[in-house]
Amino acid sequence: MNPVLRWFHQLGSPPTFNAFAARWAPWLYAAALPLLAYGVWAGLFVVPPDYQQGDSYRILFVHVPSAWMSLFIFGVMALNAFIALVWRIKLSETLAMCCAPIGAGFTLLTLATGSLWGKPMWGTWWTWDARLTSELVLLFLYLGVIGLYAAIEDRRAAARAACFLALVGVVNVPIVHFSVEWWNTLHQGATIRLIGKSTMDASMIAPLIAMTFGTKFWFAASLLARTRVATLELEGGKDWVRRLAGGPTR
Amino acid sequence: MSEMLEMGRYGVYVWSSYALFGTLLAWDVLAPRLRARRVLREVARRQQREQARKAA
Repeated sequence: MNPVLRWFHQLGSPPTFNAFAARWAPWLYAAALPLLAYGVWAGLFVVPPDYQQGDSYRILFVHVPSAWMSLFIFGVMALNAFIALVWRIKLSETLAMCCAPIGAGFTLLTLATGSLWGKPMWGTWWTWDARLTSELVLLFLYLGVIGLYAAIEDRRAAARAACFLALVGVVNVPIVHFSVEWWNTLHQGATIRLIGKSTMDASMIAPLIAMTFGTKFWFAASLLARTRVATLELEGGKDWVRRLAGGPTR
Repeated sequence: MSEMLEMGRYGVYVWSSYALFGTLLAWDVLAPRLRARRVLREVARRQQREQARKAA
C-alpha cells in the first residue's frame, strides 16, 4: 500500500488519531494566536476609520471572519458526514459531530456582532432580510445536528441521523452566500473577491486576512481537541483509554 | 487613550463585539479540556470499581 494511504488508514484508528491530535492541536493553537492577536490589534487601533461608517466598521474584523467560518465549518461538517455515510468511517462521524458546536458558536457570534453593527448603522438590531434570515437558519441547522445527535441513544445510529441532516442542510450554505445577490437586502454585498477586484481599501485587507487564517487554524485545533475527547468518551472501555486514565488495564 | 476607547461614539458596539469574540474563543478552548478531564476521571473511577469488585 502506498505510504500516504496507509498513514490515512492508520489515522482512522482511535489510538493513532488520539496521539496525532494531542501532538498537533497545541501547534495549531500556537499558529492561530499570533494571527488573531495581530488581526484584533490592527483592526482596533491601526487601520483608519471608514469614511462613511467611522469606527463602527471595526466590527467587520470579527464579524466577517466569523461569518466565513460559519459557512466553512458547515462545509467541513457536511464533507465528513458524506464520508461517514458512504464509507462508514467512524472517525469521520465523530469529526462531523465535533464540527457542529464550533460552527454553532461562530454562527451565533456572526449574528450577535452583526446585530451590534446593525444597530448603529441601520438603526435596528434585527431585520428579516435574506442574509440575516438564512444565517439564522444556519444556526438552527447546527443546533438541529447537535440536538439530533444527543437525542438518540445508540451513538452510531445518532451519528448517522445527524450526518444525514448535516448533508441535507448544506444546501443552505450557498443560499447564505448568494443571498445578497439573489434578493434585495439591507446587508451589503461582498467587498472581498477571490476573482476580480476587491472594493476594500488595501490597508484594511491585511488584518482581515490575518483573522481569516487565524480562525481557520483555531478551528483546526479545536476540531482536533474536541474529536479527541469525543473519541476518548466513545472508547471509554478500551485498554488504550484506560492506560491514559492512569489506571490498570484488564 | 479615552478617545481610542470611545471609537468615535461606537465604543459600546465595537468593544462588545470583540469581547464576544474573546468569550467564544475562551469557551471553545476550555470546553474540550474540561470534558477530557471529566471523561478520564470517569474511566479511572470505573477501573477502581472493577478492581474493588475483583479484590472482594
